[in-house]
Amino acid sequence: MLTVILQISLGIMAVSTLLYVIRVIKGPSVPDRVIALDAIGINLIAITALVSILLRTSVFLDIILLLGILSFIGTIAFSKFLEKGEVIENDRDR
Amino acid sequence: MQLLHFAILSPFLFAFFIPFFAKYAKKIHTGWFVLVLPILLFIYFIRMLSITMAGETVRSVLEWIPSLGINFTVYIDGLGLLFALLITGIGALVVLYSIFYLSKEKEQLGPFYVYLLMFMGAMLGVVLVDNVMVLYMFWELTSLSSFLLIGYWYKREKSRYGATKSLLITVFGGLCMLGGFILLYIITDSFSIREMINQVHLIASHDFFIPAMILILLGAFTKSAQFPFYIWLPDAMEAPTPVSAYLHSATMVKAGIYVIARFSPVFAFSSEWFWIVSLTGIITMVWGSFHAVKQTDLKAILAFSTVSQLGMVVSMLGAGAAALHYDNTEYYTVATMAAIFHLINHATFKGSLFMAAGIIDHETGTRDIRRLGGLMAIMPITFTISLIGTFSMAGLPPFNGFLSKEMFFTSMLRVTHVDLFNVQTWGVLFPVLAWIGSVFTFIYSMKLLFQTFRGTYQPDKLEKKAHEAPIGMLISPVILVAFAVSLFFFPNILSYSVIEPAVSSIYPTLLDSHEKFHVHISQWHGFTAEVFMTLGIIVIGTAGYLTLSKWKGIYQLFSEKLTLNRLYDKLTIGMEKGSYQVTKRYMTGFLRDYLLYVFAAFIILMGSALVFKGGFSFSTEGTAKIGVYEIILSVVMISATAATVFAKSRLTAIISLGVVGYTLALFFVIFRAPDLALTQLVIETISVALFLLCFYHLPKLRWKKKTRTFRLNNFIISLGVGIIVTLLGIASSSQRTKDSIASFFTKHSHDLGGGDNVVNVILVDFRGFDTMFEITVLTIAALGIYGMIKTKVNEEGKSVEPREDK
Repeated sequence: MLTVILQISLGIMAVSTLLYVIRVIKGPSVPDRVIALDAIGINLIAITALVSILLRTSVFLDIILLLGILSFIGTIAFSKFLEKGEVIENDRDR
Repeated sequence: MQLLHFAILSPFLFAFFIPFFAKYAKKIHTGWFVLVLPILLFIYFIRMLSITMAGETVRSVLEWIPSLGINFTVYIDGLGLLFALLITGIGALVVLYSIFYLSKEKEQLGPFYVYLLMFMGAMLGVVLVDNVMVLYMFWELTSLSSFLLIGYWYKREKSRYGATKSLLITVFGGLCMLGGFILLYIITDSFSIREMINQVHLIASHDFFIPAMILILLGAFTKSAQFPFYIWLPDAMEAPTPVSAYLHSATMVKAGIYVIARFSPVFAFSSEWFWIVSLTGIITMVWGSFHAVKQTDLKAILAFSTVSQLGMVVSMLGAGAAALHYDNTEYYTVATMAAIFHLINHATFKGSLFMAAGIIDHETGTRDIRRLGGLMAIMPITFTISLIGTFSMAGLPPFNGFLSKEMFFTSMLRVTHVDLFNVQTWGVLFPVLAWIGSVFTFIYSMKLLFQTFRGTYQPDKLEKKAHEAPIGMLISPVILVAFAVSLFFFPNILSYSVIEPAVSSIYPTLLDSHEKFHVHISQWHGFTAEVFMTLGIIVIGTAGYLTLSKWKGIYQLFSEKLTLNRLYDKLTIGMEKGSYQVTKRYMTGFLRDYLLYVFAAFIILMGSALVFKGGFSFSTEGTAKIGVYEIILSVVMISATAATVFAKSRLTAIISLGVVGYTLALFFVIFRAPDLALTQLVIETISVALFLLCFYHLPKLRWKKKTRTFRLNNFIISLGVGIIVTLLGIASSSQRTKDSIASFFTKHSHDLGGGDNVVNVILVDFRGFDTMFEITVLTIAALGIYGMIKTKVNEEGKSVEPREDK
C-alpha cells in the first residue's frame, strides 16, 4: 500500500518537475526561469525523500539537506546577479 | 686503436688545433702548419703500396657500438688505397696552392683549414672503412664539410645558394644510400662490405635486391654529379678555387665513383646494374660536355667538364660489369682498368686546370672568358699548364688523357658485343654517344684554352693589370701537369702498383687468388678503330671549334626555361609554396576547424573499426528493467539539453545546463550513488555560479544576443559523434567478457579498509593514489587561477597591477 502511495507521489512530483522544466525553457523572462529552477530544487528534495523511503535507505538524507542549502544559495546568487549584475562584489568598490 | 685508425682520425684531431695556430701564430700562414699532415699521410699510404701490390689486404677493427655490429673497421685494399693516395696527395698540393691563393690578412684562414681538414678526414674515412654505417657517417661528413666550404664566403648570396643546393641534393642521395645500406643489412645481417660480398648469392635472390641497388646508386649518382643530379656542381663553383680543385674535381665527386666500384662485387652480376650505371654515365658524359661548350665562366666550363668526365668514368665502370657475365674476362675488364686509369688522369689534369683558372682569376680579377684574351705572352707558365691540362682533357697525345680516352673507346666498342636485354641492338649507341661526347669535350677544351690565352689582350676590361703568378702558386699545378705528361710516356708505372690491385678489389671473385689481371697500357695499338675515332674527333672538333659562332644558335633551342636548374628552383620554391598553401589551408587558426578534424577523425576511425572489425554487437542479456522514473528523468534531461542547444540567450543556456546537472544528480540518487549525488550537486552549483561570473565579464561591444547559426557540417559531425558513442556504449556493455571486481571491494571494505562506505574506502584506501593526484590537479587549477588573476604582464614583459574592475 505504502509503495503504491509513494509511487503515485513520485509520479505527481515528476509531472510537477516536468511542468517547471517547461517554465525554465519557455521563460519568458529570466526571473521566471530562476524561480522555476528554485522550485525544481524543492521538488528534487521531495523526490529524493520519496525515493529514499522507497529504497528503504537513509544515505540520501544528506542530499536532502544539501539540496536545500544549494537551492537557497543558488537562488540568492541568481537574484543578486539579476539585481546588481554580479554575484560577489569587490570590497574596494564600496 | 691502431695507427690506421689514427691516420683517418688525424685530420679531425689536427683540425682542433688549427684555430690556435690561426690566432696565436699570425705571422705564419696557417696553411704551412696544415701542409705537414697530408704529406705525412701521403708518405704513410705510399708505404702501404707494397702490401696491396702483393695482393694482400689490411683489416683492423676498433669497436664502436659492438652490440649493433657497428665497428670502426678499417680495410685497405687496392681500391681504397688508390683513393687514399689521391686524397692525401692532391690534398697536399691543394693546401700548398691555397697558401698562396688565400690572403693571410683578408681571409679567415682558421675556419677554412678546419673545414678542409674535416673534409680530408671524412673522405679518408669513406674510402677506407669496411662498415657501411661508418661509411655513411663519413659520407655525410663530406657533404657537411663541402657545404661549409662552398659557403666559405658566406656574405655572398650565390655562395649560400650553391651551398644549400649542394647540401640538399647530396644529403638526399646520402639518405637514399642509408636506406640501401639498411636493406643490405636486412638481407645479409651484417654491416661489413666484406661480409656482403661473401653473401652475394643470398643478396641476388632476395626481393630487396633491386631497391637496395637503386638506393645505393642514387647516393652515388648524387654525390658524383651524374645526370640529372649534376646541377649542384656548377653552382658549387662559388667556393674558393682550391676547394673547387680539391672537392669538386679530384676527391668528393669521386666518392660516388668509389661507392659504385666498391659495391660492384655485390651488384654487378645483375644486368640491371650494367644498364643503369653505364647508361647514366654515358648520358651524363654527353650532356655535360654539350653544356660545357656554352659556358663563359672558366670554372663553369670546368664544372661541366668534371660532370662529363665523371660520367665517362661511371659508364666505364658499368661497362666493366659485363666481365661478370661472360667468360671472356680480359675482353671486358679493360673498361674497369680504363675507369681507374682515367680516375687518376682526371685528378691530375682537372686539378691543374682548376688551379690555373684560379691563377687567372687571381691575377686578372675575372674568370669570364669574354673579357679574357691574349694572356699567352703575359702568363707563359700558366699557359703551359693550361695547354697540357686541356690537351690531356681533350684526349690528345702526348698526354695521359689520350691513353685513357683510347681505352674508353675500346671499352665502349666492346660493349656492342654484350648481349644483355638486347644490348646488341642498342649497344651501338654507346660508342656513338661516347664519340659525340668526346667531340664536344674537344671543342670546349679548345675554347677554354684559346679564348683565354689567344686573341687580343683587353686591359681596359680587366680589374687588375695581368701578370704571371707568384712561384708558390705555380708549384702545385706544375707538379700535376708533370704527372700528366709523364703518365703518357710511362703509364705502366701505375699498371701493377695501383691499377691492378684496384681492379682486383672490384672483381674479387673473378680470378683465383694467385692470378693477376693483365694490365698493359700502350701508347700505340696500330691502326685500330680507336685511332680513327680520335682522328675524327680532332678533325670534326677543330672544324666545330672554328665555326662555333655559327652553330651557337643550337643552344638557343635549349632555352633557360627547360633546364634542370630551373626545375630544381621551381621544385624548391614550389614545395615551399605548396606546403605553405597546404598549411594555410588547414591551419586556419579557428578552434572550430580543429575540433572538426578531431571529431571527424574520431567518427571515421571508430566507425570504420566498428563496421569493418565487426565490433558492434547488441544483446539485452543482463540488462536491468527500465523503470518509470528513469524514463521521466531522461525526458527531463533530454529536453533540458535541447533547451541548452537551442537557447536564444546565454543565460537561458546556463540555466538549462544547470537543470541537466541537477537531473544527473537525481539519476545518481535513483541509481543509489549518494556520494556522487552529493558531489554532483555542489559542483553543479559552483559551476553555474562560475558560468554566471564569466557571463558578466563578456565584453560589452561584441556581446550579441545571437543564436548559433545552423551549420550542416556541425550538425552531421555532432550527430555522428553521438551515434558512434552510443553504439560504442551499447557494444561494450553487450559483450562483457570478464566479471566485475566490485565484489572484492564490497566484501573487504570493512575488514581491510576499516570502513563501511565502500566508495570512500576505495577513494582513500584501495585506490588512494588517484585521489592524491586529483587533489594535485585541484591545487594546480586553484594556483593557476590565482596566478592568472593576480599576475599580469604588460607588453614589455614587466608585471603590472591587476586592472581594477569598475
